[in-house]
Amino acid sequence: MTIEQKQQEIIEDFDIYDDWMNKYEYIIELGKDLPMIDPTKKTEDRLIPGCQSRVWLDAEVVDGKMQFTADSDAIITKGIIGLLIRVLNNESPADVATADLHFINDIGLQEHLSPTRANGLLSMVNKLKMAALKWSMENKD
Amino acid sequence: MTEGTKKPFSVREIRNEFPALRQLVYGKNLIYFDNGATSQKPQVVLDAINRYYSKDNANIHRGVHFMSQKATTEFEEARIIIQKYLNARTREEVIFTKGTTDGINLVANSFGELLSAGDEIIITAMEHHSNIVPWQMLCQRKNLTLRVAPINKKGELIIEEFDKLLNSKTKLVAVTHISNTLGTINPVKELAQKAHAVGAKILVDGAQSIQHMPIDVIDMDCDFFVFSGHKVFGPTGIGVLYGKETLLDRMPPYQGGGDMISKVTFERTTYNELPFKFEAGTPHIAGGICLGEAIKFLSGLDIVAIQKHEKELADYAQDLLDTFEDMTIIGEAKKKTSVVSFSMEGVHPFDIGTLLDKQGIAVRTGHHCTQPLMDFFGIPGTVRASFAFYNTREEVDTFIAAVEKSINMLR
Ligand SMILES: Cc1ncc(COP(=O)(O)O)c(C=O)c1O
Repeated sequence: MTIEQKQQEIIEDFDIYDDWMNKYEYIIELGKDLPMIDPTKKTEDRLIPGCQSRVWLDAEVVDGKMQFTADSDAIITKGIIGLLIRVLNNESPADVATADLHFINDIGLQEHLSPTRANGLLSMVNKLKMAALKWSMENKD
Repeated sequence: MTEGTKKPFSVREIRNEFPALRQLVYGKNLIYFDNGATSQKPQVVLDAINRYYSKDNANIHRGVHFMSQKATTEFEEARIIIQKYLNARTREEVIFTKGTTDGINLVANSFGELLSAGDEIIITAMEHHSNIVPWQMLCQRKNLTLRVAPINKKGELIIEEFDKLLNSKTKLVAVTHISNTLGTINPVKELAQKAHAVGAKILVDGAQSIQHMPIDVIDMDCDFFVFSGHKVFGPTGIGVLYGKETLLDRMPPYQGGGDMISKVTFERTTYNELPFKFEAGTPHIAGGICLGEAIKFLSGLDIVAIQKHEKELADYAQDLLDTFEDMTIIGEAKKKTSVVSFSMEGVHPFDIGTLLDKQGIAVRTGHHCTQPLMDFFGIPGTVRASFAFYNTREEVDTFIAAVEKSINMLR
């Protein structure tokens, strides 16, 4: 599935929720299900400073595909990370670097990725994209 | 105004004066519990803003024409309304600023010029960043020492420890009247006496007190009192620095520009008299006039009844929250008002705040610009509900039910 197809799938998943609280219930469950980042990897250099909640990101490229895990002390942030992992993991770094993550807007969660929200999510996405870009630049043949 | 001329306080009636309270957010009736961050505005203030820009807009202190004179008169009348409300001796003691932060920076830069290496400034462990950072900057610049008076686990200033910090080198005590995070009411009158006893001055950060209690700068005997218009039902971008005239007279200007001068030549400039010496440039004219309107509105209310109502709301909310398992109330001072901050084991404040928002309830989460205070309590932040006189007991009930629902979802 392409990044776009995966986004469409999430948008459809969210279509059934007509109420904000149901939407968040789903996100919270995603957050609870998300495997935690290996505690030894919760280090300062993987910590993305956010004013409110903190996010740790661990990204690497395995067999040419982006693999990342992330964690947060806030469960809603973690749930949204779960969605981002679903969309971006196993994709090529070049695709990740240029992905237009419009689904966040479409499902009404744009506030969590706004620069003023200071929950670390936007910085996490930026950092992830930078890592993907760097990798795809270095491995151009 | 005497008590007799004031209308008896009625929450129902007063709510009608605040159009912003009558709205739906996410399809729910708005419950606005973020009054510590900023207050909503009554219709009289909204009307004054509209009236000013529709009719009276002109620059002040410099025009010969009708509108300029009218704007000048209104601006200066606002100053007098504020002077009377604070019980300041003269209108010269009321300086318009951009807000609390601006007022503190003015004092740090101007009064700070009178200090010299080795002098000491005392703040407390519960200060807002804006009553910490300007002093740190000043201390660095002038080689002064910043001392921090500690608090206990209830969030009260430890007076004996404060006393130990005071000495002949202390030149200023800068303390918040009410903590925005804890609701603690500090004994500023007592602190003023103590400061004066060693020859120090005292600045009281009134950002959280002016909207909740009567303020009398003479009785308090503070040397400076600062507050923000937007937290006291007025506009943003305007605030007040009260300072004792003899002190303000001795202080050098803070910013240079128009309005603050008496005569300018390239060789030498002489400065205008108070209060203009500290008001360089075109001030926030509409802001000043409308802040006057807000203070007039406030002085028409029975502040004693308001205080009682707000305290009851906060106590009621706190008692109900206290019944939750794993709940910690942050800030349990004996003397406290209008604010309930809490933290819950295993639940991030940001998550609770997000879910409350979706239920139509505006609270603040995070460190509330008091990071050192959060470090003291060993938590990343709190959820804070802060009340104003227009909030109701029913709103508290809805809030408590929403907190319960949120916690059940998050755990
Ligand atoms: C105690 C206290 N001091 C200072 C400030 C700063 O006020 P302003 O941002 O309006 O300058 C605030 C506002 O949050 C406050 O609560």
